[in-house]
Amino acid sequence: MTPVLFQRARVIDPRNGVDGVRDVLVMDGRVAQVSEGPLPAPKDARVVDATDQWLVPGFIDLHVHLREPGEEGKETVLTGCRAAVAGGFTGVVAMPNTKVVNDSALVTELVLSRARDAALCHVYPAGAITKGLKGEELSEAGELIGAGCVALTDDGRPVMNAGLMRRVLQYATQFDVPVMVHEEDLTLSAGGAMHEGATSTRLGLRGIPSSAEVAMVARDLVLLEETKGRLHVAHVSCEGSVRLIREAKKRGLRVTCEVAPHHFTLDDRAVGDYDTHAKMAPPLRSDVDVRALREALVDGTVDAIATDHAPHGVSDKLVEFEKGINGIVGLETALGLTLALVHEGVLTPRRAVELLSDGPARVFGLPGGHLAPGAPADITLVSPSEEWTVDAHRFYSRSRNTPFHGRTLKGRVTQTWVGGRCVFEDGQLKESR
Amino acid sequence: MRHLLGIAGWRRDELEALLDRAQTHLPGGPDASHVLRGRVVANLFFEDSTRTRSSFEVAARRLGADVLNWSYAGSSVSKGETLLDTARNIEAMGPAAIVIRHRSSGAPGLVARHVKCAVVNAGDGAHEHPSQALLDAFTLRQRWGRLDGRTVLIVGDVLHSRVARSNLLCLKALGARVVLCGPPTLLPPGLEEMGGEVSHHLDAVLPQADAVMCLRLQTERMSEAFLPSQREYSRLFGVTPARAERMKPDALVLHPGPINRGVELSPVVADGPRSVILEQVANGVAVRRAILEACAS
Ligand SMILES: [Zn+2]
Repeated sequence: MTPVLFQRARVIDPRNGVDGVRDVLVMDGRVAQVSEGPLPAPKDARVVDATDQWLVPGFIDLHVHLREPGEEGKETVLTGCRAAVAGGFTGVVAMPNTKVVNDSALVTELVLSRARDAALCHVYPAGAITKGLKGEELSEAGELIGAGCVALTDDGRPVMNAGLMRRVLQYATQFDVPVMVHEEDLTLSAGGAMHEGATSTRLGLRGIPSSAEVAMVARDLVLLEETKGRLHVAHVSCEGSVRLIREAKKRGLRVTCEVAPHHFTLDDRAVGDYDTHAKMAPPLRSDVDVRALREALVDGTVDAIATDHAPHGVSDKLVEFEKGINGIVGLETALGLTLALVHEGVLTPRRAVELLSDGPARVFGLPGGHLAPGAPADITLVSPSEEWTVDAHRFYSRSRNTPFHGRTLKGRVTQTWVGGRCVFEDGQLKESR
Repeated sequence: MRHLLGIAGWRRDELEALLDRAQTHLPGGPDASHVLRGRVVANLFFEDSTRTRSSFEVAARRLGADVLNWSYAGSSVSKGETLLDTARNIEAMGPAAIVIRHRSSGAPGLVARHVKCAVVNAGDGAHEHPSQALLDAFTLRQRWGRLDGRTVLIVGDVLHSRVARSNLLCLKALGARVVLCGPPTLLPPGLEEMGGEVSHHLDAVLPQADAVMCLRLQTERMSEAFLPSQREYSRLFGVTPARAERMKPDALVLHPGPINRGVELSPVVADGPRSVILEQVANGVAVRRAILEACAS
């Protein structure tokens, strides 16, 4: 494998406390040296001039829907990986709610084998908590984890049965994997199409109150305390949840959480004139919630930014708002939306990088997330102030469902390296196949 | 060509011009049978409403239009055809306007963005029912001359009511004060931001009202646990003869129909001297003629 020397990059490596201009040498797919002074280029090395760019640990997305097996028209492992590396992600966690649910080693292996074929980024499958996501019987967690699953989740649906939730938290302690939860009390969200507030009233849409999420977070924190398990709350959307998680962390509970870029960028007014591209679960919340999420990103309550990348076809969105399918694609806009918080002065560059790399790596215990010598050379190069306009038609994802089409973002991925190999450079994929 | 998707988006002077046009369409007014002669008005009703559909149909015919009635029952929608498929098929027949009633809020707006002809919202989900609000305002204006300084009380299930939303916007735009009254479970958040005042005590606000607009109570609201029972609802929010006595002497009673007699409105009041319910129906045709004239001609 060709050695690579990145010269004069601004290296931001939160785990190792690095933020400054460095040369970085990559040998045999791993970080070999990070130096304040110039490093000599080894023979045959590729030299990358990274002046004015950030060199950061490759991003890891804890929450991605790759749609394979079953809905390959929306996305496949391959197209999802292309979108991931184009967005600067070197690792993604694949949700199990495919149209053969990942509740057995067979499906896990299929996803992993597709990921090997794609040979672009790391794909970490998550296994279902319950068989068929039905919320009735526990799936065979031991088998799933043995096959390579890194977390258990019924994402897309909550575990409504509290007794079952308590048991999975207990059961998972023997494997020490997090139980990832989609918090939604279905009796409170029933029939709802968007956040309950002035906008839902104006539009005459049934609202989903914040309590649909907060009540479930409260329940699961109570269960967590009793079971001494590990809980990861997916796509936290509102102030009440943040407050409970912050307090639980203070008390030493093993709870982590993620926030999606759309939830810290948009509020419910984005639904505007029944724009189905602003329809998602949990829904876009109020401006007060957006502010609370931003504070929680700053103060450490939030561990990771995760996209909840949810590809859907055009016809899924070109319908009455109530019929529109939830979700947006997120991999290719995540960095720009996160850096918007940096440009606004909400997040420091270091904290932004931490939320995209080190944070998620720690939460699920994944390799990468930092750049100490010996770490895998999963590296993202970012041109932090370059402006670009989101054009959904140019996404590498197979789907185009985004409310950010046409928005100008500042900060762009210039190169993505996985295991010392360049997989994305200057807007182009570098596929080995 | 202009759409009428809701009261939202229309200015006061535009609404008043529309009501002035409606005045000319009252019985005895000038002949308007040439306005849409040779043109087609398509009624696209995804939800049953004989009243509203008939009213639009009569209005269209009196303007000389041919009416194409399309209804949900027995349609290809049940076979998986989308709303836009249906609308585009109707559009291919070249109508001057599509009048659409749909159970999903925002459906007429979706159609309007994808067809070239005018779209008139005849009621969408719990969003808007602009022609109803215009005919209500027309009826009040007929009695009062202008709405400025008047208080209109809207009573009942505001949460699920498109009539309430359109009336709130329309009455406010025309200068009236609007109070919305009902149980907390049926008054959604944010009504104040739309210009309304909120009360849960009918007896407290009733004496302030120059007009009381009752909303129809759907019986399924009990099974959905928005309310304990119809009986309790009538006791707390029904406009009974005893309550009517405590209203201002010349206060009016309106209802968009059909009435659940004895639930939100007692028969004695519905048929009594305060009631302008039949005037509403008659005015409906004139107002809808003005709407079709404004949108389709
Ligand atoms: Zn989810």
